Amino acid sequence: MSIVLKIKRSFSSLFKLFRRKNKLRIGIYGPPNAGKTTLANRILLDWVGDVMGSVSEVPHETRRAKLREGVKIEANGKTITIDIVDTPGLATKIDFHEFLRYGLSEEEAKRRAKEATEGVIEAIKWLDDLDGVILVMDSTEDPFTQVNITIVGNIEARKLPLIIVANKIDLPNASPARIKSAFPQHTVVPISALKGLNMDTFYRVLAEKFG
Amino acid sequence: MEVKLNLISKERLEKMSTMEKLRMILDEVKSGKIVVLESGLTPEEEAKLIEMTMLEIDHENFVGIEVESYPQKTSSLFGKLLGKKGGRLMVIGPANRLKTLEKREDIIEALIRG
Repeated sequence: MSIVLKIKRSFSSLFKLFRRKNKLRIGIYGPPNAGKTTLANRILLDWVGDVMGSVSEVPHETRRAKLREGVKIEANGKTITIDIVDTPGLATKIDFHEFLRYGLSEEEAKRRAKEATEGVIEAIKWLDDLDGVILVMDSTEDPFTQVNITIVGNIEARKLPLIIVANKIDLPNASPARIKSAFPQHTVVPISALKGLNMDTFYRVLAEKFG
Repeated sequence: MEVKLNLISKERLEKMSTMEKLRMILDEVKSGKIVVLESGLTPEEEAKLIEMTMLEIDHENFVGIEVESYPQKTSSLFGKLLGKKGGRLMVIGPANRLKTLEKREDIIEALIRG
């Protein structure tokens, strides 16, 4: 890493330390279809009575980062106010043919693929403006994907606090234990954002980690 | 069909700037080659590689990359003092040629299509 980048990071960390006291900006990251927007919707439903965006079984439904400011969360006697950034799913490849399988026309599929590539870039850019990250993984899937490894590596390099959410525990083949053993150095909270399972634990950990 | 592999040594990688490395990787991968980096990329370089890949996807000939690497090892106390993280082997190829079959902490099984 260049000296200029190191100095920039140090000042950025110092600035974040001061900003942290009154405003925390938390990014929700993960691969496509892990349940990032479902989690953002769940948090907003629980604390604001609103939703962040639409969800779909077609990958890359969220193709623009969405910001919701001033979400107040109370847990374990603590109150934190956070800005939530729901980011598009990160991927190393985007093939429009994949969307055709969901019944999209070729034109729609190509447009979705183009927007998805822009969304991935936007999600990466957001990493420099965050105070913490919630990384959503699908606990029915193998956690050792390159996207997960790259996100964790970048969060560690930026020294950002991280909570890994093992989502979709309502599904029969879910294995949050596999995620815990893959990333033993980080806090892993098993939840189902869709069904609202174990959300109390999630909010308690959120308040402890980011409060 | 033949598949070309480019194996880049740690010494060679250390002499290259981030942009030189990423440009070389993308050029090779876009021409259908598989690139093997002895000491891999840093997490920041990986993120930059993903960004550049997204910019170059044309939805016809190039749909992205497949990357195979192990999670970063926790640095030793000596490494932490020096602020160094040991890079690990990384394999990068075109998404339509390289496919991950199984990945664990210490073993990666992948398929290369000719």
